Amino acid sequence: MKEVYLDNSATTQAYEEVAEIMKKILTEDYGNPSSMHRKGIDAEKYLREAREIIAANLKCDTGEILFTSGGTESDNMALIGTAMANHRSGKHIITTAIEHPAILETAEHLKSLGFEITYLPVDSFGVVDPEELRKAIREDTILVSVMHTNNEIGSLQPIEEIGKIIKEIRPSILFHVDAVQGYGKFRILPRKMGIDLMSVSAHKIHGPKGIGFLYINNKVKIHPIIFGGGQQKGLRSGTENVPAIAGMAKAVSMIYKDLDEHIDKMYELKEHFVKRLLEIDGVTINGHTGRDSAPHVISASFEGVRAEVLLHALEDKQIYVSSGSACASNKPAVSSTLKAIGVKNGLLDSTIRFSLSVFTEQEELDHTVDVLNELLPVLRRFTRH
Amino acid sequence: MFSSFLIKYGEIGVKGKNRYIFENALMNQIRYALKRCEGKFLVHKAEGRIYVDAESEFDFDEVVDALSKVFGITGICPVKFVDLCNPEELKKVILDYVDQVHQDKNKTFKMHVRRAHKSYPMDSMELNASLGEAVLEAFPSMKVDVHEPDILLTVEIREKIYIYSTVIPGPGGMPVGTNGKAMLLLSGGIDSPVAGYMIAKRGVKLDAVYFHAPPYTSERAKQKVVDLARIVSRYSGPIYLHVINFTDIQLAIYEKCPHDELTIIMRRYMMKIAESIALDTECLGLITGESIGQVASQTICSLACTNEVCTLPVFRPCIGMDKQEIINISEKIDTYETSILPFEDCCTIFVAKHPVTKPSLEVIKRHEKHLDDCIDELVKTALDTKETIIVSYDKRD
Repeated sequence: MKEVYLDNSATTQAYEEVAEIMKKILTEDYGNPSSMHRKGIDAEKYLREAREIIAANLKCDTGEILFTSGGTESDNMALIGTAMANHRSGKHIITTAIEHPAILETAEHLKSLGFEITYLPVDSFGVVDPEELRKAIREDTILVSVMHTNNEIGSLQPIEEIGKIIKEIRPSILFHVDAVQGYGKFRILPRKMGIDLMSVSAHKIHGPKGIGFLYINNKVKIHPIIFGGGQQKGLRSGTENVPAIAGMAKAVSMIYKDLDEHIDKMYELKEHFVKRLLEIDGVTINGHTGRDSAPHVISASFEGVRAEVLLHALEDKQIYVSSGSACASNKPAVSSTLKAIGVKNGLLDSTIRFSLSVFTEQEELDHTVDVLNELLPVLRRFTRH
Repeated sequence: MFSSFLIKYGEIGVKGKNRYIFENALMNQIRYALKRCEGKFLVHKAEGRIYVDAESEFDFDEVVDALSKVFGITGICPVKFVDLCNPEELKKVILDYVDQVHQDKNKTFKMHVRRAHKSYPMDSMELNASLGEAVLEAFPSMKVDVHEPDILLTVEIREKIYIYSTVIPGPGGMPVGTNGKAMLLLSGGIDSPVAGYMIAKRGVKLDAVYFHAPPYTSERAKQKVVDLARIVSRYSGPIYLHVINFTDIQLAIYEKCPHDELTIIMRRYMMKIAESIALDTECLGLITGESIGQVASQTICSLACTNEVCTLPVFRPCIGMDKQEIINISEKIDTYETSILPFEDCCTIFVAKHPVTKPSLEVIKRHEKHLDDCIDELVKTALDTKETIIVSYDKRD
């Protein structure tokens, strides 16, 4: 079998159509959308179309879409931009213990500027209890930020319920959702769900890298964090990355075209894969596995094997996976999510994340299980004592 | 301002009839170092000295940085040269030079004129007096001190006039290539690149061997070693880096020998393999980054055990240094930041909780017998499948 790519939560292969439209724009319609001439107007047309596609998908206004360089910038903008614009109403922000570093590190930065941060705990499946949130909200709370889908174990948060609680207590509290892993897997309608801000990244849904967007409800008071030529109504200066934006819009329309079908297939694959993994000795699955988890993320701990070694052994067989979370794997520190859900100490360093995409086939997963069955006994023979 | 560099060299000046060999090697190393600099340069010998003349525009700092990594150089003097001119014009040139090069005029100086071009109208004594006087007049805060001047203002009158007064220290040592070649056991750590640097400094050319253990060590760990070799090659010249797949040997040792002796036995096979490549590639010694007592495998007993497998001399320039001293050098030569990247190397994967610190050679040898049925084959395969990467810093990257 040729290569098996099971690291789709790190990044995905782009659709052919995405690459095509980007090439056309880079080589033919390469104008700057701010230019006065026709070349500029042609380029601007791509931006308008992209906004329309995304707005239709979210059932929101086109003016509520801010193009950014991806998930990390969207998260930074959501937290810092609203903190700067609303600090007179209060300096308290609530988030969770299992957020992506783009949120956790930004929150720490705000803490150093005098903001107070509350980190909500999660249960052993990596899910936040909405009642904990209710208790954490204070007079001076200005923002709540909760991720839609966890990147390491695929747990889903009760976003709609959280949105309801927030708006019940005080509609002026802003609700940000990091939907980098959830967008393209679920239909997320911000207005219906009480979401004021939402971060999305294109390269997780077969779009290009270096592009994403932040949904910002019209009523939200927010300040820019990047200054310059005043593009995007002054909220995000810098020439718009037209080819990447058009590529992202293409990916959005393609992934949502037959979404239900794709997702059903992914859940079936996941169920099958989990069942086969559990047939192997010494394997634990972290988090939920059914419809109450993400369709594409499977976190498995392999007793007696170091994740990094297993990862490289799989790599040798052209099977590509992550240890813990790819974004965090370049640091030796163990995953905060795995710790937060109470994974046993001995297994923290033995956890592999498999993540699927619309391109994943069952035979690839079966092949992976076969390879695991071949590798694990050898690797376990040579463990560090 | 400057268009040439006078290269000062120490030890090689005293090597008698071999002197030209050392000088030529130094010029070759200078040419190698300058390959990565913008511009065209002529490296030449004139009247027993080495000059680097710029033949085009160049970046002064870049050239000084490159030259300061060439072993054998003790000092780099940036030189201004002008066409022959009469003594009056020369005065103006000198005043202009002093004004620009020495911003701080609260200094003592001494004029040092050498007249190799004997038909020049004034002799060196007269020129010393007249140029010195001109400097004193133009810059009243400067004083003459003929015994210990802050500034030795040298003017050499040859087919052109050379003016210099500052010396930027070089790294010292001997030009690489004048002392044969040795094989460096390069891991991803802090010590081995430092060891390679120190031996290269004595004029020894380097080759290196790295023990790779996939899947226990990643491609990134290997890339890190290539990166380290590239930094060292700035000083040592191009390095042939041999990558040995060590996994099967390591697993065999792990399975058949006591775990607390694992590292020692592993090190012994590493030395054997390194020596075998060394003998094939005309290396005359091995180099390791070991330092007495730093870890269990570097106690004096352990070193005696690992040393026993080699017939070639093993150079261990870090042997008497503390960790901090080694770190200081690695920071100076720019390998530190790369060395501390967190990728496992093959020495750290299977470390026992309590490795032996006083291994007995006899016992080790007895336990190595357990490997008899497979080890020769495994070593042969490892040698046959070695990958060789030529690492060189002369290209911009």
